[in-house]
Amino acid sequence: MDPNTASWALVVALFMPLAGAAVLSVMPSAMDQVIRRTAVVITGIAFALVAWLTASFDYTRSGELQFTSDAMWIPAINARFELGIDGISLPLFFLTYLLTFLCAIYTTKHLPEPGKPKAFLALMMLLQTGMAGTFVAFDLVLFFVFWELVLVPMFFMIGMWGGPRRDYASVKFFLYTLFGSIFMLVAFLAIYFQAGATTWSIQELSAMAPGGLTFQTWAFLGIFLGFAIKVPMWPFHTWLPDAHTEAPTVGSVLLAGVLLKMGTYGFIRIALPILPDGAVRFAPLIGVLAVIGIIYGSLCCLAQTDVKRLIAFSSVGHMGFVMLGIAAMNEAGIQAALFGNIAHGVITGMLFFLAGSLHERYHTREIAVIGGGMLKKIPRYGVLLTFVAVASLGLPGLAGFWGEFTAMWAAISPGMGLADSYSGLYLALVIFAAIGTVLTAGYFLWLLQRVNLGNPSERWAAEPLDDVMRIEWVSWTPLLVLILALGIFPVLVFGVQDAAVTNLMSYLGG
Amino acid sequence: MTIDFVAIAPEIALAITALVVLAVDLMLRDNAKQIVNPVAALGTLIAIGFTVNLWGQQRTTFGTSFVIDNYAVVFKLLFLGSLLAILGISWRFFAEGRYFQGEYYFLLVTAFIGMSIMPSARDLILLFVAIETVSIPAFIMAGLRKRDLYSSEAALKFFIIGVLSVALMLFGMSMVYGLTGTTDLVNIAESIRVAGEASPLLLGSVMLVIVGFGFKISAVPFHFWAPDTYAGSPMPVAAMLAVASKAAGFAGLIAVTFIAFEPVAHVWAPIMGVLAIVTMTLGNLVALQQRDLIRLLAYSSVAQAGYMMIPFGLARSGLEGAVVNDAAVQAILFYLIAYAVMNIGAFGVAIAINRRTGLRSISDYAGLSGRSPLMAMAMTVFLLSLGGAPPTVGLWAKFAIVQAALTDVTPFAIVLMVFLTINSVIAFFYYLKVVKIMWMDPARDGAPALQPGFNLSIFVGLLMAGTVVLGVLPGLLSSATSLASVLTSG
Repeated sequence: MDPNTASWALVVALFMPLAGAAVLSVMPSAMDQVIRRTAVVITGIAFALVAWLTASFDYTRSGELQFTSDAMWIPAINARFELGIDGISLPLFFLTYLLTFLCAIYTTKHLPEPGKPKAFLALMMLLQTGMAGTFVAFDLVLFFVFWELVLVPMFFMIGMWGGPRRDYASVKFFLYTLFGSIFMLVAFLAIYFQAGATTWSIQELSAMAPGGLTFQTWAFLGIFLGFAIKVPMWPFHTWLPDAHTEAPTVGSVLLAGVLLKMGTYGFIRIALPILPDGAVRFAPLIGVLAVIGIIYGSLCCLAQTDVKRLIAFSSVGHMGFVMLGIAAMNEAGIQAALFGNIAHGVITGMLFFLAGSLHERYHTREIAVIGGGMLKKIPRYGVLLTFVAVASLGLPGLAGFWGEFTAMWAAISPGMGLADSYSGLYLALVIFAAIGTVLTAGYFLWLLQRVNLGNPSERWAAEPLDDVMRIEWVSWTPLLVLILALGIFPVLVFGVQDAAVTNLMSYLGG
Repeated sequence: MTIDFVAIAPEIALAITALVVLAVDLMLRDNAKQIVNPVAALGTLIAIGFTVNLWGQQRTTFGTSFVIDNYAVVFKLLFLGSLLAILGISWRFFAEGRYFQGEYYFLLVTAFIGMSIMPSARDLILLFVAIETVSIPAFIMAGLRKRDLYSSEAALKFFIIGVLSVALMLFGMSMVYGLTGTTDLVNIAESIRVAGEASPLLLGSVMLVIVGFGFKISAVPFHFWAPDTYAGSPMPVAAMLAVASKAAGFAGLIAVTFIAFEPVAHVWAPIMGVLAIVTMTLGNLVALQQRDLIRLLAYSSVAQAGYMMIPFGLARSGLEGAVVNDAAVQAILFYLIAYAVMNIGAFGVAIAINRRTGLRSISDYAGLSGRSPLMAMAMTVFLLSLGGAPPTVGLWAKFAIVQAALTDVTPFAIVLMVFLTINSVIAFFYYLKVVKIMWMDPARDGAPALQPGFNLSIFVGLLMAGTVVLGVLPGLLSSATSLASVLTSG
């Protein structure tokens, strides 16, 4: 497949899940197992196509858009159907298809009440198109549509298959995100008019960087609200613990694995290059909020009694590191942010799988009720939990390390002239972030101590609990391999992104 | 004076249809009476044919008071399309209720003649005739279930407030005539422009005229009739009032504000902007409290009117305002079309639920996804579209308004945008509440089976498809509305 001409591949890969959702929705509901297998096949084919696309990607030109399509879409407002993929999009795009495929496999055996695999899988595939489209759309209007498309299926996923407080969580998720995205839309339109009302193309607008400092500051504020809520940054994070905790396992995996990345991706792809002046002005604020998020997230984790809620709060902290990388406004920082994105997606996605399986076995997620001894009771599961938790706390040699370490390293010497006026602030941020890593290690190790070590409590000693099942091995192994591989060869992601990030920095003028 | 019959062919077709409907109804007995519905639909199709034929033409007749241009054609197609959809959702409802079918269809078609005239009218008197042709049949239709107390109350409330506001409007019009010496909209604008500084008396009369239309579009504080009337009227009539009659009000309002009173836009635009803010905020806040679906849709339609009033708040006088005004009118037009598709659809589903069961409370929608997946899916699409979520046409309707507001940014436009944002979120709260109940709550025990009927299902399905298709390819609509500029014709 030639990355210069095979634009069909990207379009087909993007809309295949949507077509799959349509296929599923016309199948009779009684064919329960057939529906689940069909979903595996469709997401599998889509993943294979994306894998092929990844293999044919021209890595020597990873800074440029490949597999591009460009067609007029809405003539009245000059919106175009502009797709493409470069070194920044590729890892996230790949991750989206991988995670959805694994979720489809996982769903063949595990689906919470009230069942209805048809609706669940159709929504998941609709979600997939929305998420994937966000990473490959290079027209602001198209980007916005894909961005918003994600809301509805996720709302239903949480609201129909979620935990006891699903009503509250789903509505809160929807309204919160919606609130941010309307401000984002207003900012997009303002940019469009400021740039002469001729183009929505992200690349053309990046080259223009329209408006003066005042305009850029206001426009950045609008976009900031949209993306910061999605990331989520402290203090806009309050929807996340509820949504994550109440969502079904697959929903949590996709939320953590992909949805949160849309926010950071948006900052890097849209907010920084199009509004560099505004970004420089906001960078210190982003840095401060990011570090507050790191510390606050860790402290909240220490206070949690529910495993899943603990993992949810750990996301707030980890995304803080990603945002710290962005706040550094230099090449290493952007690299760190993008790497942190992928690492967090893989690790936390995996953690949510584990939390889901934990609940299926113990029918509770309360740490005190589980009461330790998992390494004795279900040893393989216990080992996996240890492995992933250790990866999440940033042990060198596993994926979690590189994003956090590089982000702090980058923030010591921020780019774009920030070092001149804010060097003290950034140094303080790095110090607090480092304290955050210690706290992160603290809560994860404490969690392991409480659920893994010791002897199983009386309540569970006699209970027959399954260790890791075959279907779980199948859906988890790729993630476990990735956690290790990215830890040992971070260049797998850094190398792909390198040229694209350099390219991006040229827009920033740094 | 020669009359250009091609230009008024759609109205003539509708008038003949109305008379035929009345005659056919007289000749038929009992069950056969329901034939009048397809007869009316056939007449509507013929009128649509005549209207499509006018696309791209520029015609004037009755002096300069009746104008055909793309703007008028788009509006007429909107009305006739709504008429077709309302006929679709009325059939079973009236056939089973055995209400006065012939009378209903006659009145319905007559009201649409008035609507069809509205976007073409360029004269205060013709505008007044058009608005009365819409209102008077509507008063009767609201009270059509005459043995039902609520229906009578609906009609009475509607009538009293309606007549009062029309009287105010007529008073305003007469003073405008007295001050400018003409009833022709373009000449009024010219006369105001020549006079320079507008007198307070003139500004007062302008306000009176706007108040008259404010009643039709149920803008706050002239909205009090709307919820009671919608809830009490037969449901298809409520759909007509919420969509077509409101669109007609907007057509008239656009004509008087953007053409006749354009030179004093700096006076009425801020007032309209503030009314827009009040209308959408109040409509949304009250909608949050509703338990009856029709009342919820009624307050939601008040809020939607608020969104559509935002572009009026952006208007400016003079040449430099032309670009903004153009964008504003296009945004209103786009929103109206989108609103018609999704709101008639929502009423269609409500009729399907209500039919034979009489259910109308929101809690009766619990578990709808299991009882009737098509209706639940359709209602979800319509409600999400009313809220403005992709991939539905409602998103682009909001988009069009934001686009108009940012064509030339003013501080007031930003204030309007902030209120639009906050209100969109509030609105989602109650739209999602219904969606949640339909999909996530279990059906009540012994909930009666639904029989939407073939006809209604088809129409609801078509409207749902339209909402989604236009949501994916809004260009289909915007390429038509962007050609339809009222100002170039003015």
